[in-house]
Amino acid sequence: MKDEVISRDDRVANLKGMGCSRKRVEDARFTQGKGNYVDDIKLDGMLFGDFVRSPYAHARIKGINAEEALKIPGVLAVLTAEDLAPLGLHWMPTLAGDKQMVLADGKVLFQGQEVAFVVAEDRYAAADGIELVEVDYEELPVIVDPFESLKSDVVLREDLDPNADGAHGPRKHPNHIFTWEAGDKEPTEEVIANADIVAEESMYYHRTHPCPLETCGSVALMDKVNGKLTLWGTFQAPHAIRTIVSLISGIEEHNIRVISPDIGGGFGNKVGAYPGYVCSVVASIVTGRPVKWIEDRMDNLMTTAFARDYWMKGKISATKEGKITGLQCHVTADHGGFDACADPTKFPAGFMNICTGSYDIPTAYLEVDGVYTNKAPGGVSYRCSFRVTEAVYFIERMIEVLAIKLNMDSAELRRINFIKKEQFPYKAALGWEYDSGDYHTAWDKALKTVDYDGLRAEQAQRVEDFKAGKTRKLMGIGLSFFTEIVGAGPVKNCDILGLGMFDSCEIRIHPTGSAIARLGTISQGQGHATTFAQILASEIGLPADSITIEEGDTDTAPYGLGTYGSRSTPVAGAATAMAGRKIRAKAQMIAAYLLEVHDNDVEFDVDRFVVKGAPERFKTMKEIAFAAYNQAIPGLEPGLEAVSYYDPPNMTYPFGAYVCVMDIDVDTGVPEIRRFYALDDCGTRINPMIIEGQVHGGLTEALAVALGQEIAYDDMGNCKTGTLMDFFLPTAWEVPNYETDFTVTPSPHHPIGAKGVGESPHVGGVPCFSNAVQDAFRPFGNTHTNMPHDHWRIWKTANGLGLHD
Amino acid sequence: MSNKMHIKMNVNGKDEEFLAEPRELLIYTLRERLNITGPHIGCDTSHCGACTVTIDGKSVKACTMFVAQASGSSVTTIEGIGTPDSLHPLQEAFKEHHGLQCGYCTPGMITRATKLLEENPNPTEEDIRFGMAGNICRCTGYQNIVKSIQAAAVEMSSAKEAAE
Ligand code: FES
Ligand code: FES
Repeated sequence: MKDEVISRDDRVANLKGMGCSRKRVEDARFTQGKGNYVDDIKLDGMLFGDFVRSPYAHARIKGINAEEALKIPGVLAVLTAEDLAPLGLHWMPTLAGDKQMVLADGKVLFQGQEVAFVVAEDRYAAADGIELVEVDYEELPVIVDPFESLKSDVVLREDLDPNADGAHGPRKHPNHIFTWEAGDKEPTEEVIANADIVAEESMYYHRTHPCPLETCGSVALMDKVNGKLTLWGTFQAPHAIRTIVSLISGIEEHNIRVISPDIGGGFGNKVGAYPGYVCSVVASIVTGRPVKWIEDRMDNLMTTAFARDYWMKGKISATKEGKITGLQCHVTADHGGFDACADPTKFPAGFMNICTGSYDIPTAYLEVDGVYTNKAPGGVSYRCSFRVTEAVYFIERMIEVLAIKLNMDSAELRRINFIKKEQFPYKAALGWEYDSGDYHTAWDKALKTVDYDGLRAEQAQRVEDFKAGKTRKLMGIGLSFFTEIVGAGPVKNCDILGLGMFDSCEIRIHPTGSAIARLGTISQGQGHATTFAQILASEIGLPADSITIEEGDTDTAPYGLGTYGSRSTPVAGAATAMAGRKIRAKAQMIAAYLLEVHDNDVEFDVDRFVVKGAPERFKTMKEIAFAAYNQAIPGLEPGLEAVSYYDPPNMTYPFGAYVCVMDIDVDTGVPEIRRFYALDDCGTRINPMIIEGQVHGGLTEALAVALGQEIAYDDMGNCKTGTLMDFFLPTAWEVPNYETDFTVTPSPHHPIGAKGVGESPHVGGVPCFSNAVQDAFRPFGNTHTNMPHDHWRIWKTANGLGLHD
Repeated sequence: MSNKMHIKMNVNGKDEEFLAEPRELLIYTLRERLNITGPHIGCDTSHCGACTVTIDGKSVKACTMFVAQASGSSVTTIEGIGTPDSLHPLQEAFKEHHGLQCGYCTPGMITRATKLLEENPNPTEEDIRFGMAGNICRCTGYQNIVKSIQAAAVEMSSAKEAAE
């Protein structure tokens, strides 16, 4: 047999399994313009629907007149809340246990809110129709500040009983949503009261937006003959969407097929359920024709899924030597007009309670108050796992502030407080059990690679030169060390709308030794079709090139909770490995039968089962696959298939060490990134090329958020950043080259030891960029300034410190 | 509508002729009328470059041009660059160097890059970053896009030398 002359190394290489930088299988279609995104879907007779949106942030609706709009040729229908009410679809549940208006029901709560849905033959007719829908608004007082909201007599949510509990317990005020606590209040206050050193800081993590290049959209087709609804859309969680659609529409779940086609980036924007999805469905039911809804960029930035908007107040205490003894954090969380955060049910502030970070902090307490304001709803995890970005930013800033108070180098302060390798699994004061880590090794490697001491010496010289008038540029060294918490999550404490956050994989091996695997997740650019095939190749010994990965069609894929929070590899990746192992277990029995030995006398080797001690006697997986379909094997069913639903025993905790070196021109406020070094430890590495790509992308989104990107409102509740003119997305010109590095600390509980990486660079990157800016001004008395550090704000900081005098 | 204009244009080597309202945008013509869905819409305001096409040898953002303005022109979209059996070196390079993730920006990126390399066959990294600054990518952080374009430039120059 030809196969026998191939060396074992070659056999391994042929599989293109885990650990190799396999080229992506998705790229052939994307590079040729043959992707299939939702807006590319064309169906016979398809209509286009678009919204009349509120120009006001808070107003009563006295009337809607669509008469003129309906006269426009090509306009077929104008839907309002009144039309949806009989179907019970004028409101919908949010993922956070609140409810949200699909179309304005008597009032609007934020600018851009959906008021009416115009259904027309094409986009132009729809736009013409929108122009002519007359809405009679009566303006109401606008509240954009959450602190003011909690004091105001103006009740934003008149639909809620002010005396009744919310989804997360008692409410303190009609505009209050919830209070959520973690840790021990009194002991923490006591530790802080009696500490040698206490540093305090207030910081605002501004509102921003994930802004994937493709906006949200959907196409609904209600087939009245067969009673089946098909819904294509930009869904990061297609199965959950199917369940939600079924619950709110009353259509039985088996009659609904949800399909996520190619998705042009998600970053959290496409987790939630939006009025556009519901309206496209209703419009299809009403008209009997397929209806498409695609938001434009302004709709996207103003209405679907903001992120962050956390006002954080912290206290951190330490001994004189710098050993941290306690941490306290209070957050006022601005959720906008509806609570539409996409968090696991029991975590209304996400995993903000990872805010003790990578440090061994014995006592801690966190309290979060959610508040309604006249801003868009959302609160999604923008390239992070449920508020982890906020948590990591908080602790990494508190460390810097404490270092200033202690007059200590912050790299050293981190080092003496890191959780030690031997402390894992580590139970943190706010409840999480960190699975594994080796922070000191990563930190030392990072500092050594960038020559940290050399950088500090250079910085000191720069300060001298600046003071001597020899330069107008300051130098900042940004440090961050982060621990992510991803892979939500164990069904015992993680669910969304009651759906446990497991994930799934189903594998079918074909007779000729190729395979298809379907998963409950959906790629939005992460390259699942490439990497999940690699996991399987290593597990079942068939080449990755012979394995098709399919996701996103609820009629064919097993149920799963989708892709966000870096959960695909930790959860669906585990399901893939486990399903692969089931295939292998059956393959072992088939091999033993074919080789006429006992099951235990064969062992798996790369791509085959060999008889123990007789390597020349073997059956390849390809041969075994064929045998599964053509041999009658006593005691075994024909075929070779498996399915696994994986409920993770714990989260995974990737971590990393980042260093940013920046020059800042104090006269223009322009920062120039000289160097960015990123060391990531995401456990077992499946595809290094894709990991690096994820790191580059995540860091760039971090750069954006730290250095300029924001969703801002004026006092009237007008969104000031509704186009890409005002909303900062970095171009190739602003972005540096990144140096990537890694250590490998496998997750002990994950079948292949992988931890997930997509979001780490964003989580760790934001504080790193921000710390670099703040560090440049530290020698001149700066303790903290809020992000985003755009040129104007940096200039203002310099000015405030007297550097322009 | 009454005031339609008579438009003639060549798209990816094929002559097209139709009546269109003066307000019809070129991106709409391509995507909806001609079913050429490679060019995408990311912003509608000429900031993102997802809709980039080539018109008479120039890179143009199709979301901000009326089809009437393109009447009489030759338009090339990603569909007119390379074929499945013979990809353009840029298409090969983007695959090889992981120059894309979600792929949404990719048609515009590659279309723009074909022009960039015509304008400047041996660009420096700075030239590339400057020349591509009209095209936004939300996924890759550009590092591998730059690498892909550099690799294609080298490939195309050596192919040209070999041919000469
Ligand atoms: S869609 Fe044309 S530049 Fe963004
Ligand atoms: S690859 Fe997603 S926007 Fe560029």
